[in-house]
Amino acid sequence: MSIRERLSGNEAIAYAMKQINPDVMGAFPITPSTEIPQYFSAYVDNGEVDTEFIAVESEHSAMSTCIGAEAAGCRAISATSSCGLCYMTEMLYVAASDRLPITLAVSCRALSGPININNDHSDAMGVRDAGWIMLFAETNQEAYDNYLQAMRIGEAVSLPIMICQDGFITSHAIENIELEDTAQVRKFVGEYHPEHALLGRENPMAVGAYATPTYYIESKRLQAQAMLDAKQVILDVAAEFKKWTGRSYDLIEKYQMDDAEEAIVIIGSSAGTAKETVNEMRAQGHKVGLIKIRAFRPFPGAEITAALKNVKAYAVMDKADSFNGHCGPLFAEVAAAAMVAGVTTPKVINYIYGLGGRDVRVESIAHVFTELENIAKTGNVGETYRYLDVRE
Amino acid sequence: MTFNFKEEVKKEDRFCGGHRMCAGCGAPITIKNVLKALNPEDKAVICSATSCLEVSTFMYPYTSWKDSFIHNAFENAGATISGVETAYRALKKRGKLDATYKFIAFGGDGGTYDIGFQSLSGAMERGHDMVYVCYDNEAYMNTGIQRSSSTPHFADTTTTPAGTVIPGKQQRKKDLTQIIAAHNVAYVAQTTFIGNLSDLSTKAHKAIYTPGAAFLNVMSPCPRGWRYPSEDILKVTKAAVETCVWPLFEVIDGKWVLNYEPTKKLPVTEYLKMQGRFAHMFKAGNEWMLEAAQKEVDRNWQELLIRCGR
Repeated sequence: MSIRERLSGNEAIAYAMKQINPDVMGAFPITPSTEIPQYFSAYVDNGEVDTEFIAVESEHSAMSTCIGAEAAGCRAISATSSCGLCYMTEMLYVAASDRLPITLAVSCRALSGPININNDHSDAMGVRDAGWIMLFAETNQEAYDNYLQAMRIGEAVSLPIMICQDGFITSHAIENIELEDTAQVRKFVGEYHPEHALLGRENPMAVGAYATPTYYIESKRLQAQAMLDAKQVILDVAAEFKKWTGRSYDLIEKYQMDDAEEAIVIIGSSAGTAKETVNEMRAQGHKVGLIKIRAFRPFPGAEITAALKNVKAYAVMDKADSFNGHCGPLFAEVAAAAMVAGVTTPKVINYIYGLGGRDVRVESIAHVFTELENIAKTGNVGETYRYLDVRE
Repeated sequence: MTFNFKEEVKKEDRFCGGHRMCAGCGAPITIKNVLKALNPEDKAVICSATSCLEVSTFMYPYTSWKDSFIHNAFENAGATISGVETAYRALKKRGKLDATYKFIAFGGDGGTYDIGFQSLSGAMERGHDMVYVCYDNEAYMNTGIQRSSSTPHFADTTTTPAGTVIPGKQQRKKDLTQIIAAHNVAYVAQTTFIGNLSDLSTKAHKAIYTPGAAFLNVMSPCPRGWRYPSEDILKVTKAAVETCVWPLFEVIDGKWVLNYEPTKKLPVTEYLKMQGRFAHMFKAGNEWMLEAAQKEVDRNWQELLIRCGR
């Protein structure tokens, strides 16, 4: 039986953590994810969970302690944002290559400099190749639901998983939310008991070998396979989650795509604004739609391409720039997937938008659709690498 | 624990031979004897920072470590073993684990004095029930003898070469043992290889079995980096102690205890002259370096005597 509540995204994540009651949390505060370890340490100090909380001296140590704890045979979690995620980067790669299914909540925020505390996806996109499964949320509800599914997914393929939401936009905004019953949550998430661990097994375990060229690439190939396998696991866990809660999840969400002629591909909270734009424009007779990416890693290239194959023009919306003089990170992956699938009829452009918390309004997205309609009509794409709502 | 050499050598090694450390390296001597200080019935999880030790003892698919072992990265052995120790407490609390485990991290001076300093400081301050052992060989030996903050004044390294204008390292050695003692941890000690290694073994046992965070700083010479004949390692460590370059002491719950005072403190040159890294200090015109080195040793020794209530 669901419980109706009003929570911020950070509270929702902390509440999910409390319901799961993991073994170890290692965390260091950084805006806008600070509230997560704050709420959680209150649960610890008030005896609402019996998790061991390690208040470490940096994000690098937060991920290092999680690696130690998870290798020891425990469920280990952390939360971070922005520069904190950057500072963890080296350890994110180790967590993935050691095949440790740690769960990390990320309240996405811009990177310095200039220093900025507001939302974009530069932090998460900066670590997109670290080997982590990455799920993004549009709403607080999705952040909560993704978190409840996270450990089932990560532990099934022995990969760490990042549950990303937009800093402040969802992390601090209070929304209506349906929470699940704690006993049901624990039943769904289950216990973690890896076959091998540093502690409590008949045989000792050694983690973190030096691998010469004779072995290194095979270890990477196995890691790549785990990411390939994760796709079906995400779908299976979502199906089970739907049976339990009635809320359905997929790798991507298609919104008004059936007969869409112009579309955008987008990640995170701005999808909400974009859906409103689609509704308004549809009411005026424009055949527009959107694709929201929930699973960025593994990348649902085939699914995105299949959904886009009949549109006339689409824009890939990047809330981060790659500074390659060419395109943002999401564009590169969507375009590569389309090329691989041979879907080259639609015209395609890239928008870099919302950096450092620049507000994304209904009019901003409407402008993108209008541009796409012009491109569809004239066949003239113009500049493909564009910035949205920027003073030039 | 009373040290009994005959009993000690009978204990089974928890660190196997056949690894790829250089002949005569001080690090395996440190590791082997620290691990022997574990009660045989206790299990342990060992962590190593990236180092000569790690890449030479855990090259896939072989390992020299009989206990559970984790290598994470260069700069985070303190945090990594903190995570394992915390996991142990979590599992114990939840009734999921019966056995007694001890937690020991090893790092070279690079991974301890320098790049891993913050992680170590954090782990010590939080007071995890663990021992951090620095095998101090006074430079980054794994990458080829570059200076560290542990490298002694004037030493010739590949990033502080004894040049015609700048004669070796220009800074004094960082006093890490004192810095860790300032963390108010349960047990801190400085040791090296003397005689039958009773000092090392006794301190390792105390460090492992004192509840809370403990730190051992073990001078563990590197024959290649220090440039002395490999077989002379025990002469070098003895000279370090007899000249008071590397005094043997403990800090037990904040109380400083001097473990050994030479009856006749030898001049520092007796230690320096054994090692190629100090050879330029003995050239004509460089007498000032020897004088400066002696002054520094004398000052450090006097300060230590005061801390030890002498």
